[in-house]
Amino acid sequence: MNITFTMIAQAISFALFIWFTASFVWPPLMRAVEQRQKKIADGLAAADKGQQELVLAQGRVEELINGAKSQSQELVANAQKRSDEMIEDAKVAAKAEGERQIAAARATIEQEIQQAREQLREQVSVLALAGAEQVLMREVDIAKHKDVLDKLGARL
Amino acid sequence: MAAEQAEHVLTPTSYIQHHLTFMTQPVGNTPFWSVNVDSLVVSFVVGVIAFGFLYWVARGATAGVPNKRQAFVELTFDFINEQVKSIFHGDASFIAPLAATVFVWVLFMNAMDFLPVDIMAWIYHNVFGLTYFRSVPTADVNTTFALALSVWLLMIFFTIKVKGVGGFIHELFCAPFGGNPLLWIPNFLFNLIEYISKPLSHSLRLFGNMYAGEIIFLLLGMWASTGLVGTFFGTILSLGWAIFHILIVALQAFIFMMLTIVYLAMAHEGH
Repeated sequence: MNITFTMIAQAISFALFIWFTASFVWPPLMRAVEQRQKKIADGLAAADKGQQELVLAQGRVEELINGAKSQSQELVANAQKRSDEMIEDAKVAAKAEGERQIAAARATIEQEIQQAREQLREQVSVLALAGAEQVLMREVDIAKHKDVLDKLGARL
Repeated sequence: MAAEQAEHVLTPTSYIQHHLTFMTQPVGNTPFWSVNVDSLVVSFVVGVIAFGFLYWVARGATAGVPNKRQAFVELTFDFINEQVKSIFHGDASFIAPLAATVFVWVLFMNAMDFLPVDIMAWIYHNVFGLTYFRSVPTADVNTTFALALSVWLLMIFFTIKVKGVGGFIHELFCAPFGGNPLLWIPNFLFNLIEYISKPLSHSLRLFGNMYAGEIIFLLLGMWASTGLVGTFFGTILSLGWAIFHILIVALQAFIFMMLTIVYLAMAHEGH
């Protein structure tokens, strides 16, 4: 159990090993550990952030869906209203058109009746003249009796 | 050990003496100038193996998913780092690797105690041709004092670095009892005892544990050679002691590391 130069030699070994560990072993390992810790922390933070964003996105999606729903309801309602209006308008227009056509037909009929009457009147006056000629057995001067005949025609 | 028996009769005394004799090589004229080659070589070889392994792991260290080897080393280092952080509050960029070095090196040197003493003696004798060669460097006071005194010098270095020479001297005379001039002498004596007892207890605790462990193995080995009953109990008890010794080896390495951290942390703290 003597203290000898061994002690100093061992101290030199010790110093050597301390230097080696402090320079080449400890720093890279601790760096790796710290980097991993940072990575894990970042990952956890990102996961948290993702979760929060998911919640936000869900809120937004709900909002959007609700908006779309109300919009579509509005659209449907508008379309319904519009179609009702259009049907109503079409009904009115059809009625008006029908009435107009009826009126036109009536006018045409009236006209035709008028024309037929006119023709009849002329033919009656011719017939009346022919009849009168037959009765009088003489020629009636149409130019002389035109005013009489016209009066007659007007009375018909 | 036929060759040995031819030289001298194997008695219990000679058996133990043989196992406790260092391979000493003189390098000078006085008794101080000699080296225990076994302690030096074994401690250096286990140091190179241990720190070489750590270096190999550290070189391939990845910040991604670590393999089992790296995870194991990281666990150990993280454990050491936690111990350092819990005791020492400051820049641990030197103290933490120092603590790791102390722990790993002492652990590996202590672990040489697991090797069966007589089988190793046979191997040293018949393979390497060495008559005297001890396996456990920490059962050599030179090793434990080398470690403890290195820590002690670092402690004084850090005290002066943190507090300055004036602060160091002031603390020698004015702590722990107070700055009253009447108390300067008691303070100084108190600090003197503290500064002497620190490296002594630090080194002798480790040395005593490892030395005693070795002696008990030797005594049990001796008992095992006395006959059938001795062999039976010697074997059983050796096994028990070896298992218990696993705890001692790790525990002493841990205690040595903790004391190193505590002493260096105290050097950074003011009074």
